[in-house]
Amino acid sequence: MATLDAIGRGTIDTFAYVGGLARLAGRAAYYVFVAPFKGRPLRIERAFHQGMAVGVEALPIVSLITFFVGLILALNGAYELRKFGALQFVASAVAISMTRELGPLMTAIVVIGRSGSAFAAEIGTMKVTEEIDALETMALHPIQFLVTPKFLAMLFMMPCLTIWADFMGICGGLIFGITSADFTVAGYFQATLDALYKRDIFTGLIKSVMFGITITAVGCYEGFSTGAGAEEVGRSTTSAVVMSIFLVIIVDVIFTALFYFTGA
Amino acid sequence: MSAAAQTTPAANDAMISIRDLRVSYGSREILHGISFDIRRDETMVILGGSGSGKSTLLRTLVGLEKASSGEIWIRGKNMASATAADKEELRKRLGMSFQGGALFGSMTVGENVALPLREHTQLDDDTIRIMVRLKLDQVGLSGFENYKPSQLSGGMKKRAAVARAIAMDPEILFFDEPSAGLDPVIAAGIDNLIVKLKRAFRMTIVVVTHEMASAFIIADRMVLVDKGHIVALGTPQELQTSTHPRVRQFMDRIAEPEVHKEMDYLQMLTDGNED
Ligand SMILES: Nc1ncnc2c1ncn2[C@@H]1O[C@H](COP(=O)(O)OP(=O)(O)O)[C@@H](O)[C@H]1O
Ligand SMILES: [Mg+2]
Repeated sequence: MATLDAIGRGTIDTFAYVGGLARLAGRAAYYVFVAPFKGRPLRIERAFHQGMAVGVEALPIVSLITFFVGLILALNGAYELRKFGALQFVASAVAISMTRELGPLMTAIVVIGRSGSAFAAEIGTMKVTEEIDALETMALHPIQFLVTPKFLAMLFMMPCLTIWADFMGICGGLIFGITSADFTVAGYFQATLDALYKRDIFTGLIKSVMFGITITAVGCYEGFSTGAGAEEVGRSTTSAVVMSIFLVIIVDVIFTALFYFTGA
Repeated sequence: MSAAAQTTPAANDAMISIRDLRVSYGSREILHGISFDIRRDETMVILGGSGSGKSTLLRTLVGLEKASSGEIWIRGKNMASATAADKEELRKRLGMSFQGGALFGSMTVGENVALPLREHTQLDDDTIRIMVRLKLDQVGLSGFENYKPSQLSGGMKKRAAVARAIAMDPEILFFDEPSAGLDPVIAAGIDNLIVKLKRAFRMTIVVVTHEMASAFIIADRMVLVDKGHIVALGTPQELQTSTHPRVRQFMDRIAEPEVHKEMDYLQMLTDGNED
């Protein structure tokens, strides 16, 4: 009985949490699509600053990580392919795994660590220091002011970072290709292009957008649910990271399955 | 709701009328039915020990907490029936200085003061810059536009917060514990600032504090709140000469019996609930 009770309660909590995320995302979207027509102009410059922090400043670490992930993919793929004397397929194996899965996923993981946690910490700190209250008493809407620019930045930057991540991963594979699999640089890129279909890249980009929405919603939601006291900020930052990773994986499963069964 | 209750607070010339206000956090009621008026252009000090519900009262007045029952009338309008647009309009006429300042840490002092002007007016950048300088002059922070809040001392943060609160020339200015956490000299400076603002502008000022000394310097009238009830309301002289035991205890700074046991503490917290 207790177990059933716990499962029931857990299910309700999960739906409530996801509902909270959806409401937050919905209200942020309102300020992008509806409010500008009601005399509340969209402030692009704040989104621009967020975009720099979320996207441009993440480039070095995203590049480094996805380059090595591409190399690791090549090494692991080659281990199996070599048995069949099919080492030339290493380029397509890397290309497809990177664009469909690991490009978006690794980018998401880095962005969670850098920006999802920062969103929670920023909003959480503002909550604790009454800055959120100050915004409200100044007739400024915290969601419009804080969350909408983050969503805009993420929606733009996640696909950009992901494309770059795909490219860096392929470069990682290239290193293996030319040193150990008799590829030339041009030959490796040609093999990559031959293996890739537009839909491989698009499905990856769709995932990256969904990941971006998830990360922003969780980061901001955790920030807003920060309780009183500085130690609460640490707690919400931690749970923003853990929840984001978990939900990104769930979203990944859903979309990968969707693409598989619809043939995309 | 009777017709009389509808019209009374609207008809008198009070800036803010509070009628039987009750506010709870969860199941714990903090304010147990509070009623009083704040007149136009007066400085009202809400005095009380810590934990008595002063901040809660102030937060409810500015719309940050919801009343569980009772009415708040501001400028003749019942807040319960005000539309979102009404409330937004009203908020542009309010200024609030928070206990910790609540300055936006990611912006400079100048940007903090400029923010409401940028967001709510069509003024161009040059005009805004001039207005920011003016407001900072008024609070004694000339030349600190480009400082970050983290570079300011406690007293300067309070002043910057006041500059931001008066940026839109509010009709009502709220202060939560303006001198808390400051040394006596700096605190006196903040008291003087409030007195100066009160002389310079026609503004209704509402100050929450537990500092007797500052209350007597700035108040036109004061109200003593204790455990979510009002125990006294009047001019500083009237409170000074009151014979009410709770007022005397507060005025004469007689110590509460100390609580050492958890049950006593919980009892003390819930005391006010049995009206
Ligand atoms: N957000 C909150 N949630 C629950 N209880 C609160 C909250 N804020 C204040 N309280 C409680 O309400 C009581 C009154 O608090 P407050 O209005 O801040 O008092 P004061 O400002 O007079 O010191 C205190 O016992 C405090 O613990
Ligand atoms: Mg307080």
